[in-house]
Amino acid sequence: MSDILISARDLSVHFPLRGFVLGERPVVRACEGINLDIPKRSFVGLVGESGSGKTTLGRAMLKAAPISHGEIVYADDEVTYDLGSLKGPQLKDYRKRAQLIFQDPYAALSPRMTVRDIIAEPLEVMGLTSSREETDQRVREIAAMCRLNLEHLRRFPHAFSGGQRQRISIARALVSGPKFIVADESVAALDVSIQADVLNLLNKIQAESGITFLFISHDLSVIAHTCDFVAVMYLGQIVEAAPTRKLFSETAHPYTKALLSAIPSLDPDHVSKAQKLEGEIPSPINPPPGCRFNTRCRYAQERCRSEVPEWREMSSGHHVACHFSEEID
Amino acid sequence: MSRPLISVENLTLRFRTDEGLVTAVNDVSFEIAPGEVLGLVGESGSGKSVTAKALMMLNAENSVYDDDSRITLRVDDRDIDVLALKRPREQRIIRGGSISMIFQEPMASFAPAITIGDQMVEQLLIHSDMTQAAAKEISIEMLARVGIPEPAQRFGQYAFEFSGGMRQRAMIAMALSTKPKLLIADEPTTALDVTIQAQVIELMKDLVEEFHMSILFITHDLGVIAQTADRVAVMYLGNLVETGTVRQVINSPAHPYTRGLLNSLPKLDDLDAPLTPVPGDIPSPLDRPSGCVFHTRCPEYIGDVCKQQIPGNTVDSASHQVACHLATQEKSA
Repeated sequence: MSDILISARDLSVHFPLRGFVLGERPVVRACEGINLDIPKRSFVGLVGESGSGKTTLGRAMLKAAPISHGEIVYADDEVTYDLGSLKGPQLKDYRKRAQLIFQDPYAALSPRMTVRDIIAEPLEVMGLTSSREETDQRVREIAAMCRLNLEHLRRFPHAFSGGQRQRISIARALVSGPKFIVADESVAALDVSIQADVLNLLNKIQAESGITFLFISHDLSVIAHTCDFVAVMYLGQIVEAAPTRKLFSETAHPYTKALLSAIPSLDPDHVSKAQKLEGEIPSPINPPPGCRFNTRCRYAQERCRSEVPEWREMSSGHHVACHFSEEID
Repeated sequence: MSRPLISVENLTLRFRTDEGLVTAVNDVSFEIAPGEVLGLVGESGSGKSVTAKALMMLNAENSVYDDDSRITLRVDDRDIDVLALKRPREQRIIRGGSISMIFQEPMASFAPAITIGDQMVEQLLIHSDMTQAAAKEISIEMLARVGIPEPAQRFGQYAFEFSGGMRQRAMIAMALSTKPKLLIADEPTTALDVTIQAQVIELMKDLVEEFHMSILFITHDLGVIAQTADRVAVMYLGNLVETGTVRQVINSPAHPYTRGLLNSLPKLDDLDAPLTPVPGDIPSPLDRPSGCVFHTRCPEYIGDVCKQQIPGNTVDSASHQVACHLATQEKSA
């Protein structure tokens, strides 16, 4: 039995644009040629700018985005699913095993349902419990895990702060007993103090229940503190992936370096080294040829503009897609 | 020290609501010197934005200012009593004239059906007696100055045709085209990617020097503050709990709340440091705690004095002030 829970092989997700009658329909290449293994019981971070395709990749792993090319295989201790061809009862079963926590806790909860009903809904829809007592019992267990008390369960979402709402969202994602959770920018809308609280809660849940997390964020410092493995995305491709410590100590890709140097330092006397990225992320309809990062890379050479860099292993567990990562500092 | 550009004294601001008067800002005093960047930090609901809006009289109709609240703006050696400006025509001196504001969400702040250029020209015409053609020229110049490529073309485009970073640049160009003395920046980089945030921060630093203006920089991100501000003011539940230079506040925070904010930040140079959140949630402004407003969440609570007495300002040095009983005790001990 392998210890990989989800593995993407040469995965592409394309969205055709509407409204073009003549000629070839342009497509948005949201993800292209992605290879990523997510080990069981791991906390994997996915980082990148807006428009890099992180959310699309997360959704493809939940079978909520179309797989245009390549494959995603999910294998836990009980079942193995090929997500590309998954349908019917198997797809329903997969929905219990894989769940999503959204970014905006204000938009994700129905204002007309009590917290108890919000958390209980997945159980009822999926038919996981047979009686109301059983449902209530399960809701109370999960709520306690997310530090929500009985009084909270009777109230409606408007009575809660952002941090409490995010705990309700987490409880709802946990209630069906998933093996895999995608947390999409789940702390981005929160204040730093509440962000720290939610991150600690997610780490605790992961340690206690062994659920595998894919944690999507644009904030490398948040990723650094929570995840044990990090993949960096740029314009639909993964450009670097490594265990967290390695990624920070042996940063290999110029894009990862630029992301790191863009984080404002807490030290007022620290003047950041000139690694600032110029310009903005290009359109995924017409990505640049060769290495997709070449238009913004300060080390770019002729080869980068024509030849697509190979996805290669630099050292054990540390992959990078760059022609020159050994030569740049 | 030169005379401050703007001084806020004893600002207390309440909102009339169905549930009664809600105190949003409580006895806040601070000054901003010409050319100085003051960072205003705090969680959501701490009153940062309401304080900033008071400087431009932008708060809603149901706001009530206490009688001893005073905001004084010095323009060309003249003192303007901001809170006494009642009519919209008088308020033009502050709104977009001497003070400009840029907002967090640049998409929501531009009119969607008017071109960026027309919006820039409109405000120049209101605040000066230049001609349409001159206003257009200045607007295009400003767009070029903030690093927007092909500014003459961009001038005729709508907000939806700009990317997020471009919109924020256009907003800065618009705010600066009237040459304000004070720029209020309300979370200007929060909605942007880190790489774009770094560009915008760099741009703002350059512009402060070039135009010699002051900035009130509102954010919840202490990293952004450390890289931009000269001085920092920390707010909690409508009160100013600590003010000082950026080095004093970040390197030796004196208030437990400031320490709490710093401890909950993930730090890149120490991945093993645990994240310690400030316990509990910020109380409702309808139900303000007695004594020190932070005592309900304070990890360094020292007893009844915190619950009963409002802490006065302890002066650590000429520039470093903190409102905390613990600091007062240490000082007198």
